[in-house]
Amino acid sequence: MSHVNLKNIRKNFGAVNVIKGIDLEIAKGEFMVFVGPSGCGKSTLLRLIAGLEDISDGELCFDGARVNEKVPSARGISMVFQSYALYPHMKVYDNMAFGLKLAKSSTETIEERVLAAAKMLELDQLLDRLPRELSGGQRQRVAIGRAIVRNPSVFLFDEPLSNLDAALRSSTRLEIAKLHQDLSGVTMIYVTHDQIEAMTLADRICVLRDGQIEQVGTPSEIYDRPKSVFVAGFIGSPKMNLLRGDAAQRFGCATVGIRAEHFDVNPDEPTWSGLVKFIENLGSDTYLFVDVGLNDPLVVRQSQGARFAVGDMVGLAPSEPHIYRFGPDDRLIT
Amino acid sequence: MLRPTMPVPRPRFDGPPVLATGKFMPSRQPYGPTLQQQRNRSAMWFLLPTFVALSGIAGWPLLRTIYFSFTDTSLTSIYDGEWIGFANYLTWRELPSGRVIYRGTLVDPVWWNAVWNTLRFSVISVSVEAVLGMMIALLLNMQFRGRGVVRAAILIPWAIPTIVSAQIWSWMLNDQFGVINHALIGLGIIDHKIAWTASADTAMVAVLIVDIWKTTPFMALLCLAGLQMIPRDMYEAARVDGIHPVRVFFRVTLPLVRPALMVAIIFRMLDALRIYDLVYVLTPNSRATQTMSVIARENLIEFDKFAYGAAQSTLLFAIIAVIVSLYIWIARVNLADGGR
Repeated sequence: MSHVNLKNIRKNFGAVNVIKGIDLEIAKGEFMVFVGPSGCGKSTLLRLIAGLEDISDGELCFDGARVNEKVPSARGISMVFQSYALYPHMKVYDNMAFGLKLAKSSTETIEERVLAAAKMLELDQLLDRLPRELSGGQRQRVAIGRAIVRNPSVFLFDEPLSNLDAALRSSTRLEIAKLHQDLSGVTMIYVTHDQIEAMTLADRICVLRDGQIEQVGTPSEIYDRPKSVFVAGFIGSPKMNLLRGDAAQRFGCATVGIRAEHFDVNPDEPTWSGLVKFIENLGSDTYLFVDVGLNDPLVVRQSQGARFAVGDMVGLAPSEPHIYRFGPDDRLIT
Repeated sequence: MLRPTMPVPRPRFDGPPVLATGKFMPSRQPYGPTLQQQRNRSAMWFLLPTFVALSGIAGWPLLRTIYFSFTDTSLTSIYDGEWIGFANYLTWRELPSGRVIYRGTLVDPVWWNAVWNTLRFSVISVSVEAVLGMMIALLLNMQFRGRGVVRAAILIPWAIPTIVSAQIWSWMLNDQFGVINHALIGLGIIDHKIAWTASADTAMVAVLIVDIWKTTPFMALLCLAGLQMIPRDMYEAARVDGIHPVRVFFRVTLPLVRPALMVAIIFRMLDALRIYDLVYVLTPNSRATQTMSVIARENLIEFDKFAYGAAQSTLLFAIIAVIVSLYIWIARVNLADGGR
């Protein structure tokens, strides 16, 4: 239930600038996702908000009050670590209660809170187990449970799903989305390099690149109106087709971007035509990789079953409202 | 070397799978030994040299010593000893007056004094070293400039040969010209020079100081290795939860570092129970510090009571074996308890 405000936040490790001036407001109860490639500073930014690292310059405010100098425990935050950071020698119950015992809560409220969180996360049967006796997904839930019991006003997640296998990852993703609904009012800040997690979980996404914010917006804003070539290429799967040089010149820009789903296949007047080099059939969708004589093949989505075979000649034209034109500075031309 | 026809007994150190297949498939195997059996055989061959070497340099001398302890062998006639049973350990004779006279190591006050000295020395030195070593390890585990140099420097006392460092300390502790007395008097802590190593009251303290100075680095190093196994995340989680560092140490660090600490303690205990060189150089012939090894050697070599010394060596071995087994047993019982 905190409003988090980052004002020109900077972080240097020695001579290396990792965070280069971040201005960002995160509303109460908002689910904000920091996304970006590895090394973009997203985890560092989260650690600055948590208070695990000192902020070199700028001001961090929770509900308008400066917290730069406050130790993590005084900020009203909880954090879920990538490795879960469970205490291996403590049972699930003790792992969840350990942080509470210090807060001088009475035994009864500790038990109440732990049991409530355990019930919410379906951990009630596992309270007597040690972490090593749990599956990856269960450990993850314990880590979340340990964060919940502290009744935080800001919930921090540092790549919490990256140690899970694909199936578990999508089910746990749903659980986190549900958690956000259940804990209405708790601000959540979530770091990931996985753009699907960002798209599915976020109220707003903050795309980071090289220690700076590239774009902030709702998932659909980011997807539909990427402000730069970087965001256009980073968000969306498969990656947006980005063409430079002569191919872009035809559209009057330095770089032209077309998503795989925004092609007309075999129109009357094709812009490009070429041979189908590969086909990826994902069941619901089929992706054609069409070699039209550019550096990379164009990726084209077909929502119906595979009507084409490798080696077929297809003509392609981008559908006009969905063509992204970027200028020489890689910014979207509006 | 590894032909399947070789009459190598099937080793059993691999647990149930081998036993299961062994039961299921007796010696006749139409396709030759299983992969597991082949692995076991190569393991045997790798172990063989170590086994032979250990039997030669540890097993045989041990058995010889135990044998000598039941004979009346003397240093001058090593091969002429005769079997005299337990006489070196305990024997008694009833005088015509009805008085019973006991003889042997087990009623020798010098021996029991040495046992007591050794145990006292071991328990105190290992305890202090464990605490100090852990404290130093915690310090060395922190991030600070020049940590590498400090880590290397801290090992110096341990790297100096004991004879050398014991001699250095014996000069420093000397009551006439030693720098320690000089400094303590200069600081006004003591008002007269103390004969640290010669006086019966302080001899054990002197030995303890030097041993702790010398082996704490070793303890610190083993503890540091254990500390570095603990993920940093765990400490950060505790920081976010606002858990007091002291509580984190006792509830998180200590339980997690305990296996390493246990190993460090047992190594040091083994070492301390057979202490010899430090006592020999620092406080020769002092009854206050004589340990089991010191008087066993005295009897073996200097007093020409070879078999008697052998009996004391055998007892020393037995005492160490019992203490170590007990320690491992206790450690295991506690570990099975969940370490809380």
